[in-house]
This record gives sequence, structure tokens and C-alpha cells, in this order.
Amino acid sequence: MNPKPKFAMYWAASCGGCEIAVLNTHEKILDVDANFDIVFWPVAMDAKYKDVEAMEDDSILLTLFNGGIRNDENERLAKLLRRKSKILVAFGSCACEGCIPGLANLSPVGDIVYTAFNTITTDNPNEIYPRTTVDVPEGELHIPTLSKVVRPLEQVVDVDYFMPGCPPESHQIAAVIDLVIDVIKGKAELPPKGSVIAVGNSTVCDECPRTRNVKMIKEFKRIQDIAPADPTLCILEQGVPCNGPATRSGCNARCPQVGAQCIGCYGPAEGVIDYGARLITAFASVIDANTPKEIEHILDGIPDPTGQVYRFNLAGSLMKATKSAWEKA
Amino acid sequence: MTERIGVYVCHCGTNIAGTVDVVDVANWAAEKLKHQGVVIAREYKFMCSSLGQELIEKDIKELGLTRVVVAACSPHLHEKTFRTAAKNAGLNPYLVELASIREQVSWVHSNKTIGTAKSKAVVSGAVSRVIENAALEEIKVPINPNTLVVGGGIAGIQSALEIANAGFHVYLVEREPSIGGHMSQFDKTFPTLDCSACILTPRMVEAGTHPNITLLTWSEVTNVAGYVGNFHVTIKKKARFVNEELCTGCGICQEKCPKKVIDDVYEAGLGYRKAVYTPFAQAVPNFPVMDKENCTYFIKGTCKACEKFCPTNAIDFTQQDQLINVDVGNIILATGYDLFDARRVSSYGYGRLPNVFTSIEFERLSNAAGPTSGNIVLRDGKTTPKSVGIIHCVGSRDKNFNNYCSVICCMQGLKFAHLVHERTGATVYNFYIDMRTAYKAYDEFYQRVLEEGTLFVRGKVAEVTKAARKESEKGKLIIQVEDTLAGKQRRIPVDMVILSSGLQPRADSKEVGKMFGISCSMDGWFTERHPKLDPVATMTEGVFIVGCAQGPKDIPSSVAQGAAAAARVLDKILQKEVMLEPIKASINKETCSGCRICNGLCPFNAIAYIEDDKISDINPALCQGCGTCVAACPAGAISGTGFSDAQIMAQIDGLLLRNLITA
Repeated sequence: MNPKPKFAMYWAASCGGCEIAVLNTHEKILDVDANFDIVFWPVAMDAKYKDVEAMEDDSILLTLFNGGIRNDENERLAKLLRRKSKILVAFGSCACEGCIPGLANLSPVGDIVYTAFNTITTDNPNEIYPRTTVDVPEGELHIPTLSKVVRPLEQVVDVDYFMPGCPPESHQIAAVIDLVIDVIKGKAELPPKGSVIAVGNSTVCDECPRTRNVKMIKEFKRIQDIAPADPTLCILEQGVPCNGPATRSGCNARCPQVGAQCIGCYGPAEGVIDYGARLITAFASVIDANTPKEIEHILDGIPDPTGQVYRFNLAGSLMKATKSAWEKA
Repeated sequence: MTERIGVYVCHCGTNIAGTVDVVDVANWAAEKLKHQGVVIAREYKFMCSSLGQELIEKDIKELGLTRVVVAACSPHLHEKTFRTAAKNAGLNPYLVELASIREQVSWVHSNKTIGTAKSKAVVSGAVSRVIENAALEEIKVPINPNTLVVGGGIAGIQSALEIANAGFHVYLVEREPSIGGHMSQFDKTFPTLDCSACILTPRMVEAGTHPNITLLTWSEVTNVAGYVGNFHVTIKKKARFVNEELCTGCGICQEKCPKKVIDDVYEAGLGYRKAVYTPFAQAVPNFPVMDKENCTYFIKGTCKACEKFCPTNAIDFTQQDQLINVDVGNIILATGYDLFDARRVSSYGYGRLPNVFTSIEFERLSNAAGPTSGNIVLRDGKTTPKSVGIIHCVGSRDKNFNNYCSVICCMQGLKFAHLVHERTGATVYNFYIDMRTAYKAYDEFYQRVLEEGTLFVRGKVAEVTKAARKESEKGKLIIQVEDTLAGKQRRIPVDMVILSSGLQPRADSKEVGKMFGISCSMDGWFTERHPKLDPVATMTEGVFIVGCAQGPKDIPSSVAQGAAAAARVLDKILQKEVMLEPIKASINKETCSGCRICNGLCPFNAIAYIEDDKISDINPALCQGCGTCVAACPAGAISGTGFSDAQIMAQIDGLLLRNLITA
């Protein structure tokens, strides 16, 4: 009998939620174990980088890579796993488009470190900032160096498939696992390289059961400020900036279904090149105002426009980062 | 397939070549963009000349070019020229791309190194884009032979008559109860001193009785949809409370109406009219209108004197506003101007000092049919002034108000001087900054007024005051002015001051422009397609502008424009059909989620929501390819031909020189 195909999962700049989502597939995880030889999964089992380095190139069939590329360790592992894997999946929003850590691309990395170690809630009387190397009696210690900006996996290595979501829905993960198992057994074929897998092709609105009308927005509000919210009417029409219209379908409109606006974790819909730009023009298009002053007043209802429209997508957007983040080390 | 691309860089004389090294740009394109398919790059003095065009046509045929990039002026100017050239040589015209290195480079830079580098980037962007261009076919649509003329002043009347006389139908819409416009308020016209009414009223009557003209006065356009050849226009016909079918215009209702109202439109506040009225005796049409705000019946519920005395039972208090829909192929906007409000120049005292008059007030004072029967008198209604000061450029050529010259005020001021002289024998002073009498027989009129003894003071008036400093100034209006020719300050006491006020865009010009899909200049005048070569057309096909709506001008120029626009409209009508650019938006049914963000945006009402499928759809017959919905669609489900994402992304890559092969 042939040895089982190898499976790896790695986390770079991410929160760990993607790993939990994989475990949330419940007994499906047993199928993974039954069909794959799990060779590398730092969150679940002990492994050393040197073990991976020792593997033959292309010897891992499937690697689910979650997290963006924030430091040189992330980058080294991305390149290593690319070399060792047949199928590399950018798994989850961080790997696909930078996600929340990507919002750091608004500021130069030095500012980020300074802010983290110098706010009033930080007790740092000696102004000690992290260094990448330090001498201790046992020798020199290294920690990874932060890169200037957060990059989605695709900006660092060639990626075979994308699986968006923060985190991806467990049933979709299960579907992908089933598919790969079927492929191994020769029962199915892989989708074309570069595909966004296991999700829909349209937007969250497509799956949202709320009623939609022609939109005329006089005021933007926060969800907690519309009371009582109409549970059957489009959330955007009620004045809450909902990212659903530009966000890829596949989550079954989870948030709008329970009365919260979509924040866009499934990333840009098919055909959307710059997610934030699309949303801004869409919101601007439905503002019901006649004077510049009115327009300004209405837009003041979105206090953090970047956070609103690029919450998950800044690092993966056309702009990728602010100029100052690019230029200052 | 690898494209074969020709790049043509224009010198535009020194317009481009002065700031851009065009030879370098052409050589660079030939070498650095070779890998993208550039097989030839040439530069030429004037690409738009017939020789320049032949150059391109020859290359298309001989070198088998499949794409053409012309680096020259803005596409507004010559895109059509080069597309036609390509078409003549057998290449689809939409495979030609213009790179604007004049408006966007040479005219906005002075440094040749920067200009040259930027031109290369712009050319590179156009080359990358043109590869993604698709061959498109123009769409033919029939032209509705009817025309809408908005505004019944002399310019609009002229347009309407020219078109009607050629045998085509015109809807002439006027906001006021009568056509005639400002010209109907004047007494004399410069420089010939013809009686304004004598030359205008025959035209008004002709327009009012012409079988090809539907006259809609007391009416306003409220909505415009569609596009050249096929506009759908909604007109609100305000309730006149007079049945036009029955009314004979006998005037008995006006005579019997007990309510006198100050007429601050036609008589500029100097005279009275009744609550039911025609603005003036020669009004066209001569049906009166009821002023609902002032009519005793509408206020108190009793009176109806007009109804009792009307011999034909034409008074109808139940009349309602009516919405009329008409389909037209072309639209001419002749919406005219507003007079600058002289109150804004507070130092000249209009509204505060009784014997300061505006130009329109003086027109009414001097008009034989006006409130004083043509007697030029002070505000008391009886005293003839012994001295009169006429101030030019009120509200014009003044950074505090309007920067532009209102064109007519100098001649208007001279006309006033002549009339005062002729009718009162008073001493007349004209205060001017520069005397502008540049038109046929205008300067001769200035000479004539000089010879009549009018005194001219060159200087901008500082203020008009009644605060006398010496005995001789008491009871007078004192004009404080720097006489720049004599080089000293002067105080000139007069009995009457006339402010030669400038012209302003209509207060609602921006909204009107928006409704008809045309733009306004910074000042608010409607913007013409080209300031020299296309002064009556606009950037919106089938919408023309004439008279003062386009900018301040005198009567002859307004009439000339009125006729010019009519000729343009007739040209379109006689072509029977119009070629529309095949630039259209379309919705991808797979990716549209029916979020309905685009639904309210289309200026042409081309987008409909299909309830059954829960998606939106675009009617290609109505779509004008403006791109509003393409930009707004959050799902990226709408794309526009000629402006696909692929084209735009390629152009950006090209502009950023990402398309170059780096060693």
C-alpha cells in the first residue's frame, strides 16, 4: 500500500481562529487523519522546521497556510512550504488578503512598535523596545524581524488556491477536505489553479433574505443606534454601512441573518479588483444629498472609513499600504 | 495573437514640442515598448493635418497595424479625427487610443525633462490599454424630428423660427407668461437706437402663430430623459386659471380686477399690474395669467370680478398644473441671464438712496410704454434730473462680485447717456474702467455720444453718498471717484445715478444644467463643446446652448447663436439617424446579487430591477455609457464596453511603467 499523502498546516501572522475552524469540522478531522499523514502542524503537534527542510520538494500534497507575512520567519516558512508542497492553499482572510493585521499597513512599522511599547497603559519606564538580537549568557538570541508591511501569501509565493473567511466556515473546510480526498481516490478533479474555492461567486446580498429597495441614505448610523431595527429590511437601507454588497458569498449571510451588518470577512466578490474602492463608490452612490455640506455630514457617520471598507482587505488592496508605511523602515 | 501597434507622437507645433522632446518619446516607444507589439513609432508636426492622417493610414495598410496610439491632444478634440482615419484604412476605429500629452502634459508642465518623462508614461499607458481594446460597432438610432427650445427670449425665438420655417416642429417653452425675454423690457437698442419692441414683437407674433411651433408659456421643463434623437421631456404647464381655448385676450378681466400689485418682474418694481394680467400689451400669447398669491378670490374666497365680466367664460378657478410629455430629438437651451443685483454693491447705495436706479429700472423709465410713459424722472415721479451719473461695470470685472466682463454694459451705459441727453438735456457723466465698444458700429456710437457732450471719467467709482461736504453738494448724490486720467480724486454731485449692472447666470443654472446633462463654467454659464470652434454645442449630444445662457452677449450675437444652433439641429434632423458610440454598460447576471445600489443612479433610467430573478438589468437602448453604474456596482458585476477593468488595469500598469522589461 502506498504511503498516505502528506498534509501540513501552518500559521503565520494570524490569530489562530483558522486552526480552530479546522478543528470545528468535528469528526471530519478524523478523515484527515485517516487519509493523510499529518507531517507539520505546529498548533496541533510538535514539529521542527528542520524536519520540514529535510523533506523532499513537492512531497507534501496539501498545505493549508493561514496568516499573512509580517516578519522574516513568516516569509521563510512561506517559501519553504511552497517548495515542499504540491498544493498550497492560502487559508483564511489573513493569508488571502491580510485581514485585521493588514490594517497595520496604515503606519510605518517603527510607529507601530513605538505605540505598542509606549502607550499610557504600558509600564515601560526604561523605554525598552524589542530588539531582533540579544546577548544572554548562553549566547546570542534572535527573534524574527518585522517587515515594513503585512503581505498576503500571494505577494510572497505562488499560491494554488484561495479560501477566504475569517475564519472559513467549517462546512466549507470539510467540503475541501472531501474534495481533496476524492481527488486522491481519482473520483474528482482539482479546480483550475488560482481559484477561490469552496465559496460562492456572487455577493453576500445574494444569500441575504432581507428585502432590498432603491437606496437613499440620509444618515449613516451604527447598528446599535438603529432601534428598533427592521429585521426584514436591507441593513444598508436602514443606514448602517453593510459591506455585503461587495463581499463574496459563501457564508450564507451569517451576520445579516442575525441582525448585524456584514463586515466583509469573505473578501472581495468575484470581479472586484479593489474591495474598498468598490464599497466607497457604492456608499457614495446611495447618499441622498444635494450640497457638499450635507454630503460631508452624512459621511461623518462613517468615522473610520478605512476600517470600514478595508477591514480585511488593506494588504490585499491595490494600494496595499500607505506611502509612509512603504517608505519608512 | 501579438498586436502590431503604431505609435504617433504629435508636435502640435510648439504646443507639445515646446515642453516635450517628442523625438525622444517616439524613439523610446519604438525601443522600450517593442515587446508589447509596437512596430513603428513616428513623430510629426501636426498629426491631425491631412498629411499626418495619411501617415497613419499608410502605416495601417502597409505595416498591417492592428492597433494605433496617437499621442497628441485630448480625445475631446481629435479622437474622432484619428478614428475616422483608422476607419478609412480599414481598421476598426475603436482600436485607436489617444494619449493626451498636450492637455495633460505639455500645458501643465514647464520643465522639458519632466514633460518628456511623463509623456513616455502616458504613451506607455495607452499602448498597454489599446492591446485590451475591443473592436466595436457604432449603433444607429433614428432621430425624432421635433425640437425643444427652452426659453422664449430673442435667442430662443430665433432658434424656434428657423427650425419651424424649415418645416419641423418646435416646442417653445417659456417660464414667464409671455415670450419676449429681457429684450421686451428695453426701449431702444444700441447702437442703432431701433425701438426694441418694434423689431421684437413681429418675431414674437410669428413664433406665437407659427403652425410648426407649440408655444408653452407659464411652463417649465421638470424632467429630461433619453439621449440625442430620442429625448423624453416632461413639462409642467402651470395653472393659468384662464382657459386658453376660450380666452380672446380682450383684456376685460385685467380692467375689472380690483387688485393692484407692484410689478417687480416686467416693470422692475416701478409700476403696477393687476392680479390677473398679461405682463405687457404686446404679450404673446395674450392670454392673461392669474397670480394666485395676490388674487382676492384665492385669498378671501370672494370677488371673482374677472369671472363675472369675462365675455367668453374663460376664467377657470379650478385649473390645475398640468404635466405634458413630449418626445424630441434635439434640445436648445436659451435660458438667458439674471441681472446682477445692484444691492450687493452697498457702497453705490441702490435700495438705500432713492435716486440710484438700476439699468433695468432705467430701461422702464425711458420706455414710452413704461410707467412714466418714457419721461426720465427721479423716484418722486415728477422731477426731471439736471445731472445724471452713469456707473459702468457694476458687479462685473470686480473680484468681489464677478470677474468677467458682462460685454453689454458699456454700450448700455452709452445708450442711457444718449437717452438722458435727448430727453432731459441734463449733464451726463459716464464713469468707466475701460471703454469696450468693439463691434460693428459700436465705436461710432461712442464717438456720437462723446460729441453730444457726455462727460467721461475714467475710474472705478468708490461710492455714491448723500453726505454733502459743501453747499453745492446738498440734496445731491455725490459720486466719489478717482479720475485716473486727471490723476486726482473727484466728488461729482448729481441728481440721478444709473448703475449699468452686469449679467449673471440664472440662479438655477446649475440645476437646469444637471437636468439637461450639461455642465457649467466656474461662473455658472453653460459650457460649450469648444470655446472657439463649437460655441453652441455642448458635451451632451443633441443639447445646444444659445444666447446669454452660454455667456454675456448682446442681441446680434444672441440672434446669431440662435440661428447657428437651429442650423445644427436641422443638420441632425436631416440626417434622419444618428450614430451612437457603442459604449454601453452591461450587467453580469451571474455576479449581480440584486443589491439595488445602481437602481437609483442611472441618469437615463436605463436600469430596471427584475423582481423575479432578484437582479438588476440594463436596457441597452437607453444606456448612454456614462459609467456611473459601472463605478458604483460594489460587486464589480457591471462593466462598460471601452472601459473594461482589463483596459483600465493595463493602462495603470503602463502608466507606472510596470510593462517594461527590466534587465
